[in-house]
Amino acid sequence: MGEVIVVTSGKGGVGKTTSTANIGTGLAKLDKKVVLVDTDIGLRNLDVVMGLENRIVYNLVDVIEGNCRIKQALIKDKRYPNLYLLPSAQTRDKTAVSPEQMKKLSEELKEEFDYILMDCPAGIEQGFKNAIAGADRALVVTTPEVSAVRDADRIIGLLEANEIKQSHLIVNRLRTDMVKRGDMMSSEDVVEILAIELIGIVPDDENIVVSTNQGEPLVGSDTLAGQAYMNICRRIMGEEIPFLDLNTKQGLFSKIANLLKKN
Amino acid sequence: MSFTDFFRKKTSSNVAKDRLKLVLVSDRAGCSPEIMEQIKNDIIAVISRYIEIDLEGLDIKITQTESEGNNGSVPALFANIPIKDLKNPKK
Repeated sequence: MGEVIVVTSGKGGVGKTTSTANIGTGLAKLDKKVVLVDTDIGLRNLDVVMGLENRIVYNLVDVIEGNCRIKQALIKDKRYPNLYLLPSAQTRDKTAVSPEQMKKLSEELKEEFDYILMDCPAGIEQGFKNAIAGADRALVVTTPEVSAVRDADRIIGLLEANEIKQSHLIVNRLRTDMVKRGDMMSSEDVVEILAIELIGIVPDDENIVVSTNQGEPLVGSDTLAGQAYMNICRRIMGEEIPFLDLNTKQGLFSKIANLLKKN
Repeated sequence: MSFTDFFRKKTSSNVAKDRLKLVLVSDRAGCSPEIMEQIKNDIIAVISRYIEIDLEGLDIKITQTESEGNNGSVPALFANIPIKDLKNPKK
């Protein structure tokens, strides 16, 4: 029996789709059978981030409406043996699907897959309700900015109200240089404010843009973001992995300052 | 306050954190600005029956406060209501 994980954030543009693509691919690399479901109906994106946009025949709405079987709509990612994508519909809108239908779909996918990742649309309206309907747990993505953290707090409240038992936080696009200068909230700051358990810190990494350009998730590669995403995958599977040390380039001055601070 | 804090001015990340903490308290309380305005007007109406208050200096907000028990900080309605004239209560 699989597990349904919704990747959500409230605010748009904080990295839900990128995180879904990388975590899904990472879990597949770790020999899990994974399906990524793009629930953002009308604003299809996960397919291009995954580089599978040319292979879409049927979509989520076709499955829900019974125009095809689930198996027909699933796109197999040829790069990995266990990875599938259920793309969203581009020409419909969120009212084409109801939370009950999503719940039923989740139950069916659970029979077949180890992990079902739901890429949630931004906002807290019907698209969000559809995406979380069948979820067992949630990954809340935020960046260390006031707007994103505020929206994440709202989302966490709504997840609790909808009885999603487990919610974990991903702090995305962290810039350690700015944190050190005191110009960006640290992951500790964000965790203190939101008061949910942290499952990953993803540094701001140019390689993410390159990987999105190419349609190839960078999880597991020798980049900081690639390592961070792979660690998140292992933590999802229950392993205890220490957080990456992003502070390797600490200068002499900040070392002295830290020493003074401790006293 | 530690030694280094003394020389350091408040960083923008600390500003962000403090602003967020405040805004989240009222977000979590589910108090919209309209409701706050209604609460404010009602409080003014009640108190004005007994004493004259300074409407300009009036400040009502939801903040965090340390609770007397041991459950940390709790949300509280904070009202700062300057009194204009206490000696001559309204009749």
